[in-house]
Amino acid sequence: MPKVTFVQPDGVETVLDLPAGSTVMRGAVAAGVRGVVAECGGNLMCATCHVYTVDGAGDVFAAMTDDEDELLDCTAAPRRDTSRLSCQLGLTEGMDELVVHVPGAQT
Amino acid sequence: MSPGSGVVVVGAGQAAVQLAESLREAGFTGPVTLVGEEPRPPYQRPPLSKEYLAGKVTPEDLVLRGEWFYADRGVELLVGRRAVHLDRAGRRLTLDDGAVLSYGHLVLATGARPRPLPIPGADLDGVGNLHTLGDAQELRERMESARDVVVIGAGFIGLEFAAACGARGVSPVVLDVAGQVMGRAVSAPVAAHFAERHQRNGTRLLLGRTPVELTGRGGKVGAMRLADGESLPADMVVTGIGVLPNVELAEAAGLETADGIVVDQYLRTADPAVSAIGDCAAFPDPRGVGRIRLESVQNAADQARCLAAALTGTARPYTTLPWFWSYQGDLRLQIAGLSTGHDHTVVRGEPDEGFSVFCFREGSLVAVESVNRAPDHMAARRLLTAGIRVTPDDLSDPGFSLRTQLTRAAAAPARHQPRNRGTPSGTGAA
Repeated sequence: MPKVTFVQPDGVETVLDLPAGSTVMRGAVAAGVRGVVAECGGNLMCATCHVYTVDGAGDVFAAMTDDEDELLDCTAAPRRDTSRLSCQLGLTEGMDELVVHVPGAQT
Repeated sequence: MSPGSGVVVVGAGQAAVQLAESLREAGFTGPVTLVGEEPRPPYQRPPLSKEYLAGKVTPEDLVLRGEWFYADRGVELLVGRRAVHLDRAGRRLTLDDGAVLSYGHLVLATGARPRPLPIPGADLDGVGNLHTLGDAQELRERMESARDVVVIGAGFIGLEFAAACGARGVSPVVLDVAGQVMGRAVSAPVAAHFAERHQRNGTRLLLGRTPVELTGRGGKVGAMRLADGESLPADMVVTGIGVLPNVELAEAAGLETADGIVVDQYLRTADPAVSAIGDCAAFPDPRGVGRIRLESVQNAADQARCLAAALTGTARPYTTLPWFWSYQGDLRLQIAGLSTGHDHTVVRGEPDEGFSVFCFREGSLVAVESVNRAPDHMAARRLLTAGIRVTPDDLSDPGFSLRTQLTRAAAAPARHQPRNRGTPSGTGAA
């Protein structure tokens, strides 16, 4: 079961065991992780579930689609090379420990 | 709010849950209680008419927050219970099981319910609407064996349901008394595009037609008769003809209602200890005249955030730009702003690749409707929120880019346009 650590801008961490088949966003929302707003519920419509992955870790997830790429240009917090929308980060059995950083603003 | 007293929320939907979350985030330490009528913990409603009907998600996927969310934050969640009496003088709320809750501040987040179908036969078996997860479960089961599906109402719910039918190989008939789909909620170009796509996908669309009666045998629906005499076979009828705000509790307690519970720009009723948020709240339109009531996740969540701020000492008027989305088959519609009363539209993009309709009223951009063009939507939200001016001339220039406009405006000194032409009721001009 993938273990995902959410790191807040102030360093506070939340560690969740999330089921394969879910997404980083669903896990965060269900647990009420601060800073993952996900207003559209994971439909690639809002860019409010923006997270920063750890360098290189983005590779374990499915590649970014054009829609995600364009939405990431509209995030409230600055976009970085490691930016992803957490609704697009699907969790699979093979994943072990993942770390994502939550930005300071989403809306 | 008197010290040491709690916040009681009537309702356990998106607005209620967001309020609880935002109150705790803002450091509120008093008791917070949510009272929900449905027997299950709060869940997301938008996917019911989309992913859930299409069989893409389970009820578990719809849960809004895990149980630990409420426990961790000390939020008491009372589900399967209904508030039956509000005693404002004594600041007490009575529930249907006799329990009495005292409050320092009461929040009405009672939502809305489907408007009942006002024709004979509406109570026949096989006639239903789509509001709760229970409704969606029932519809999903019925869809398995239904042959002749009729949808009354070509609004968001009706069309989303039609798209879900299509995904399951059922070709529904969708009927509406209005001449365009999605009523006045969208501009003519968007309505025409959606109508065309639904028809291409096998939906029979009957616009400008009035149903007068549902008939059946043995208590089960079998046909729908129209005002012009035509009769359509129907073994499953779904209605989506708008909603009625749940105002009864407020009304009985002597609070003002007018298509919703009347609140001021701070979301307060005339009683300083009672507020209303979400689908049930009729609030002053910050960009227009008079009151509006919005049915959307965005409005519910943003009103909850705004009220939580007020209850924890940083009151600000509710002025957030409304936005909506709908998902119908492979069509993704996103709306920023309210197009009500628009008198001019400019279309950019291509129907097959995605396009946006820019709606102007008296020369001002009031709304942008994007179909499969999410980046336009995101840029439009920022432009409209910041009040950055865009003209029809700008948009007719092929080289014009919303994002460039945003960047340019960010570089220039702020020029905030006053857009509040209404006279907000209530007290306390900010």
